Amino acid sequence: MSDRLNVLKTYKLYVGGKFPRSESGRVYEVTDAKKNWLANAPLSSRKDARDAVVAARKAFGGWAGATAYNRGQILYRVAEMLEGRRDQYVREVAEAEGLSKSKAGDQVDAAIDRWVWYAGWTDKIAQVVGGGNPVAGPFFNLSSPEPTGVVAVLAPQESSFLGLVSVVAPVIATGNTAVVVASEKSPLPALSLGEVLATSDLPGGVVNILSGRTAEIAAPLAAHQDVNAIDLAGADEALAKELEIAAADNLKRVLRPQPVDNWAATPGTDRMTAFLETKTVWHPTGSLGASGSAY
Amino acid sequence: MTMEKRTPAFEYAPAPESRAVVDIAPSYGLFIDGEFTEAADGKVFKTVSPSTEEVLSEVAEAGEADVDRAVKAARKAFEKWSALPGAERAKYLFRIARIIQERSRELAVLETLDNGKPIRETRDADLPLVAAHFFYYAGWADKLDHAGYGANPRPLGVAGQVIPWNFPLLMLAWKIAPALATGNTVVLKPAETTPLSALFFADICRQAGLPRGVVNIVTGDGRAGAALIAHPDVNKVAFTGSTAVGKEIARTVAGTRKKVTLELGGKGANIVFDDAPIDQAVEGIVNGIFFNQGQVCCAGSRLLVQESIHDELLDSLKRRLSTLRLGDPLDKNTDIGAINSAEQLARITALADRGEAEGAERWSPACELPESGYWFAPTLFTGVTQAHTVARDEIFGPVLSVLTFRTPDEAVAKANNTPYGLSAGIWTEKGSRILAVANKLRAGVIWSNTFNKFDPTSPFGGYKESGFGREGGRHGLEAYLDV
Amino acid sequence: MPTTAPHALSDVTASGSTLRRFLHGLPGVDAVGLEARAASLGTRSIKTTAKAYAIDLAISMVDLTTLEGADTPGKVRALGAKAVHPDPTDRTTPATAAVCVYPDMVATAKQAVAGSTVKVASVATAFPAGRAPIAVKLADVREAVAAGADEIDMVIDRGAFLAGDYLKVYDEITAVKEACGTSARLKVIFETGELSTYDNIRRASWLGMLAGADFIKTSTGKVAVNATPANTLLMLEAVRDFRAQTGVQVGVKPAGGIRTTKDAIKFLVLVNETAGEDWLDNHWFRFGASSLLNDLLMQRQKLATGRYSGPDYVTVD
Repeated sequence: MSDRLNVLKTYKLYVGGKFPRSESGRVYEVTDAKKNWLANAPLSSRKDARDAVVAARKAFGGWAGATAYNRGQILYRVAEMLEGRRDQYVREVAEAEGLSKSKAGDQVDAAIDRWVWYAGWTDKIAQVVGGGNPVAGPFFNLSSPEPTGVVAVLAPQESSFLGLVSVVAPVIATGNTAVVVASEKSPLPALSLGEVLATSDLPGGVVNILSGRTAEIAAPLAAHQDVNAIDLAGADEALAKELEIAAADNLKRVLRPQPVDNWAATPGTDRMTAFLETKTVWHPTGSLGASGSAY
Repeated sequence: MTMEKRTPAFEYAPAPESRAVVDIAPSYGLFIDGEFTEAADGKVFKTVSPSTEEVLSEVAEAGEADVDRAVKAARKAFEKWSALPGAERAKYLFRIARIIQERSRELAVLETLDNGKPIRETRDADLPLVAAHFFYYAGWADKLDHAGYGANPRPLGVAGQVIPWNFPLLMLAWKIAPALATGNTVVLKPAETTPLSALFFADICRQAGLPRGVVNIVTGDGRAGAALIAHPDVNKVAFTGSTAVGKEIARTVAGTRKKVTLELGGKGANIVFDDAPIDQAVEGIVNGIFFNQGQVCCAGSRLLVQESIHDELLDSLKRRLSTLRLGDPLDKNTDIGAINSAEQLARITALADRGEAEGAERWSPACELPESGYWFAPTLFTGVTQAHTVARDEIFGPVLSVLTFRTPDEAVAKANNTPYGLSAGIWTEKGSRILAVANKLRAGVIWSNTFNKFDPTSPFGGYKESGFGREGGRHGLEAYLDV
Repeated sequence: MPTTAPHALSDVTASGSTLRRFLHGLPGVDAVGLEARAASLGTRSIKTTAKAYAIDLAISMVDLTTLEGADTPGKVRALGAKAVHPDPTDRTTPATAAVCVYPDMVATAKQAVAGSTVKVASVATAFPAGRAPIAVKLADVREAVAAGADEIDMVIDRGAFLAGDYLKVYDEITAVKEACGTSARLKVIFETGELSTYDNIRRASWLGMLAGADFIKTSTGKVAVNATPANTLLMLEAVRDFRAQTGVQVGVKPAGGIRTTKDAIKFLVLVNETAGEDWLDNHWFRFGASSLLNDLLMQRQKLATGRYSGPDYVTVD
């Protein structure tokens, strides 16, 4: 029962492993379900989006080139760090979405378990979607999945944390890097996620988190020639169509918005395969020698 | 044969890893149903350090009654364990993997003391793979629908697992990780000369909060292993060890409903072609037969070298062998450690003597063997042919038999000309030759321009008398599922 | 052009095509295997007496280097003084092998190390890029030799090498060797980072040795990737095999990117377990480095006093 004044958090973007303000210097008010002021969040501009893409591209070579085992270790570390801060996120999610502590707790627990789910996929997805192909000739033929590159992710508008984690983790598990646009009305849990990512040995730039008006930042991302794919989960129908048209300019891989009743349900593999390319390599097996082989 | 070794200019000073990091108790009981207990008849046996012959600890010796009690504990635990959501089982296994990583240094020193292998190997090879195995299979626990075995594949029940002394903790990981991930419970019997790391693993299970009875460790000799395998309430038998015992097990489970996998012996052919990257091939040969003192089922114990480069390759190989350092396994600069037991040393010695008696030419680099402990100098036999004992019998020691071949066809024929079929190596710069030869070799693991590479994602197992079933990868799940 | 190839291999350099066939016929290098062997040797634990030996040996193998546009006589004099007496607090510290400077600084360097065992090495042949007419490159060498250089560190024409004109590269090396006369030993720099593949580095090594190099050297230190354990291991294999075939011993100098005592000791282990102890001498092995020396000195101080040292206890130049 203290009269102590608490220290309010200044919410920043998470780009390139650092926590900058928006280059525009703008912020916008974020309120809880009862319209009480929670914080001012950065109102990102297209230049922030541009810088985030640069950071994501820079991080891609190292992240895609890391072993699957190493990526799995890091994603598991994210789960460890998040578990340690469970109370913080329960409070943030409860405030952001107007949930009871108990319901918010379920969301955060599911989010932690979601990181563990994807941590266990990094070194298995290739075995499930790749394989040798028995071509009709003396060739060794192998199909392997590879990450597509930089993925723009519009996080779900309603599920500000579990939904966010459910769209971000599958993108990076396979080696892609991400530019994430947080829920417009509930961006704070997403911005706080940056704190966990920054302390999990995740290389800077693998995940970049922007807050602001979804339509404003999504447009330059959808049109950006150095973005390889876009997840439209956080776009409404009209915006989604606009963005898909813009994405066609460099033939981005587009994941259209799908209604999700229950983000806690066990996901399949489609959020990973949506951002994987399949590379098929041929190599002649030759024969053993001129005499021909009897074996 | 052995030359006088003069004092080197750059003499590496002793660099011992400290024993202080591990605390070995004077005695250990059996780990059954979450607790350490004595054997029913109170019997114990000693485990020694093979490099010094000092007694490390006294360990309970399981009899039939103890094996029965362990199986009952595993059966009781099975109901809840298999009913847990996969995601929860996964988290237990992830905890275990993390704790193994945290305690890696301690476990590496322990394994080196109990097994005799160099600390550099336990530290850089064994322990990282142990942790990785638990990490990998932890991730499958909640993804079995995607494993290619149909929807909702179910576990088998209680697994009885018997493992060898050459990679004690790693072999434990290969057995326990997939078994638990798929929802089975286990009773595991470690080898009688290397019980300690399994007992420390039991402590790790305690730290991870693993429910009692899910993992049970019964230490003892071959009789305890036989009792476990024959136990009527064991649904799945997994064995890694000699081909002779493997055949016994296959006979024992005949007519029962027990699923069985066997990972047995080998006489791996390391094939070096005239266009091989020679310096790396030499490293691959050395690694293939001297890693773990050659006490490896998949060792490259036969060198098949193309006749046209035989002399040049042997010169390089012998020069390389003279830089091998044999000695105290706890010294970080040791390359060759002790042989695991007096019995094994006697077997190796007898087979090497047979090699000489049959006319092969024997060579070892200059090597000072310590006074106490079980030691065997790295040894080459040249002029070996298919009909020699040292070309056919698994020696399981640091002894390389060198044969020649003229053409790729002949290399394949000779490599395949064995009842074994576990591993092979191919050394050539030509990609199509790698693939053509790999296509024709009857071996479960083929290494091209490398050797002795292991990964939890990569299936491992043999053809023919090297056993059946695969450990590692998606394929490694099958052994523990009712499919 | 005089053929300086040793008798056993003189037919190899008879023409551009025999040279190409020889170089392209050398055994390939498996990169993964090479790097793994280098990394494995990097786990050797060198402590106490072995470490003391290695530190002193490493100090005696340093070619203390300054190759900056801003070099002045004052800078070079300081370099020379440090090479001769690296640690003013401990006169038992060995001198370095040499100082390494640009040709126009050779005279100053000679004065600075006069009366000591420290040699003066000069870079030459339009270092570091090596892109100049042959006449200019040879004039560079002659100036340095005339000024008293004991050693010449030349760069090969990487453009010619990568274009496959091995004979041109060979001819340039033999011409430089001739310009060195009998007074200067020749180090041949390959610029391993630009040659890019291990197969190329192996070929360049044999090419350099056939042309009469006294030392083969990894790099100029002026590009992003310089000496690494793997590329140096490869060159040590080359000198070992060359001596086995021809009886001629050639030295190895890794240069650039070797900053710590730990790094240096790893290289010495590579020498010890690959080429062998005949190369554990500054006549046959050098480190091209500048900041390495202070780290060696601080480690030496730690061994002597038991305390970790700091930058205040070594000189900036």
